[in-house]
Amino acid sequence: MKFLQRSYIFLIFLLLYVPILVLIVFSFNEAGSLAEFSGFSTVWYEELFNDDEALTSLCNSLLLAVSSSVIATIIGTFASLGLHRMRSKWLKGAINTVTNIPMMNPDIVTGVSMMLLFVALAGFLGSQNLFGFGTMLIAHVTFNLPYVILSVLPRFKQLDTSMSEAAQDLGCTPSQAFFKVELPEIVPGIVSGLMLSFTMSLDDFVISHFVSSPDFQTLPLYVYNQTAHNVKFSMYALSALIVVVILVILLIVNFAGSFNRKTIAKGGAK
Amino acid sequence: MKRIASVLTAILLIILPVMLTACSEITASESVTLYVYNWGEYISDGSEGCLDSNAAFEEWYYQTYGVKVTVNYSTFSSNESLYAKLSSGSVSYDIVVPSDYMIQRLIAEDLLAPLNYENIPNITNILPEFWGEDSQHSEYDPGNIYSVPYLYGMIGIIYNTTMVAEDDPNIGSWKLMWDEKHAGNILQFNNSRDAFGSAQYLLGIDVNTDDEAQWRAALDKLKEQKPILQGYVMDEIYNKMENGSAGIAAYYAGDYLAMYENNQDLEFYYPEEGTNLYVDAMCIPASSKNKLIAERYIDFMLTEEPAIANAEYTYYASPNRVVVENEEYIEYMSEIKDDAYEKMYDTDSVMTSTYKNLSGEKLALINQLWEELKSNIEISTGIYVICGIIIAVLVFLGAYFGIRKKIRNNY
Repeated sequence: MKFLQRSYIFLIFLLLYVPILVLIVFSFNEAGSLAEFSGFSTVWYEELFNDDEALTSLCNSLLLAVSSSVIATIIGTFASLGLHRMRSKWLKGAINTVTNIPMMNPDIVTGVSMMLLFVALAGFLGSQNLFGFGTMLIAHVTFNLPYVILSVLPRFKQLDTSMSEAAQDLGCTPSQAFFKVELPEIVPGIVSGLMLSFTMSLDDFVISHFVSSPDFQTLPLYVYNQTAHNVKFSMYALSALIVVVILVILLIVNFAGSFNRKTIAKGGAK
Repeated sequence: MKRIASVLTAILLIILPVMLTACSEITASESVTLYVYNWGEYISDGSEGCLDSNAAFEEWYYQTYGVKVTVNYSTFSSNESLYAKLSSGSVSYDIVVPSDYMIQRLIAEDLLAPLNYENIPNITNILPEFWGEDSQHSEYDPGNIYSVPYLYGMIGIIYNTTMVAEDDPNIGSWKLMWDEKHAGNILQFNNSRDAFGSAQYLLGIDVNTDDEAQWRAALDKLKEQKPILQGYVMDEIYNKMENGSAGIAAYYAGDYLAMYENNQDLEFYYPEEGTNLYVDAMCIPASSKNKLIAERYIDFMLTEEPAIANAEYTYYASPNRVVVENEEYIEYMSEIKDDAYEKMYDTDSVMTSTYKNLSGEKLALINQLWEELKSNIEISTGIYVICGIIIAVLVFLGAYFGIRKKIRNNY
């Protein structure tokens, strides 16, 4: 039985990581082909750093992911606060359902409806064209919101309401009580919401495809459009770099998390 | 106080994105931006020491006219996605490079602007077969009122000489792709027009036929081929052919040369029954705001340096006289493969036809037939059975544990 368990885990990890490994290995392939490994070389990495178009779209992707996830996190946190404090159970349920729609909806429906909205809005405002960073940001905030609410709202539910009451009893104004007592408690939820929406926004293709403009191309759009002919090998290098960067960030976050807990535990022991 | 704050936040959140778009517009207006929409990997981009055609245009324009132009270059991956973007009106481009049949459709829907050839004096560089009143290869736009050919190519069959014998009687014909000897080694286009085209050429049917029965005949031929195929693929074909996991595939001639660079066992021929010749041409959408600059862009791409750089970068055939007659270019092609130049430009001895835009009714029919070909009934019933079993097991387990818990609770 133990053997079965192990081989099952092994198989899962194999399927998860072998493709990424192949990608990283072949990003160092001199020949620029998946057929054979002709020699170790960093030529594709050099080409990547000379490819302005790829680097611009990478920058665009990062800019969009950071700004949309931060905005979505701020709105989402306040939305969760509002949902949590709402008295009417019926209204709470209704609003919860409505906020979840962008998440449950197929991306293509969200994307097309966003595009139609912006086209109609452009006609209404009499402007030629709204598409660009602004429309991308609105679309990304929209589909990021439910993920933030989903990870923040449970934190509010776990919160002991008497804590905030006690703080107000001891002289805090309601807003002070929120920022000093409640907010620190829900920070882990906010951070995971932020991370989740950052990654969702970074790798979104379908919705971006509909609301993008030539001024503002993100990396997934750029890579996809290359499939008309052969995908450049510098994209292998770029993907390999992204994997490494994400790995490092994850490691830092995990270690920082455990480090924090240790120091808090020590502080508490005193 | 609280209410004012929340109203302010709401206003800020609404204004912020609008401001950001406004900002991006202001930075863009310092110089004129020309929006170019082309196929992915379809222009010389300055990598490996070749010419960066767009940057060269910007510099040339500044030196000649004293106006700073920024080329905003973006790419698409299929004619249909280009059509979707253009017809939705969500974006406006100044230059697009669709293929022949799509140009015909765009013209029919008034999405293109007629060109003013006074601004394109280098049009004389284009060979008469590809441009003008008497050209054989510009039926999609008679008289080339809307389009100037960029690059072209023909579909041929690529095969691996280690897997297909040199004296195979089917070499030279579409029949090679229907040969049961090579079952499991054949790749077919995963694109309805080209896949149906291969069957139509084999059967000797017009690829633009109006007769439904003839489309169904092609479907039957494709169904016959399906059991011996390795799969329906598009760009996966590069890896599959290069590493020898497949032996026979029909694909575009220019892309064959890219594959040949990585695997010298690959050979190529144009089928004797006829094949498709496609032309990708530069057009200006009706919604363009910088038509004059766009026309000068087209003109610049017809000049010697960028035209040669683009042809060398993509390996596609050029309809441009200054490219075809250039010694260095011929030399460059023959370095890739001895007969590359002859193969690429062999339009005379190959029977060719172009795809034309079909009526909406016919397009719907093709889509329906294509679905019929690709949906496999055996597999889908298999999946239903498996899903059914899994659901049954889950329901059973749920019921079992639920009842057990209830019984326990009762005691």
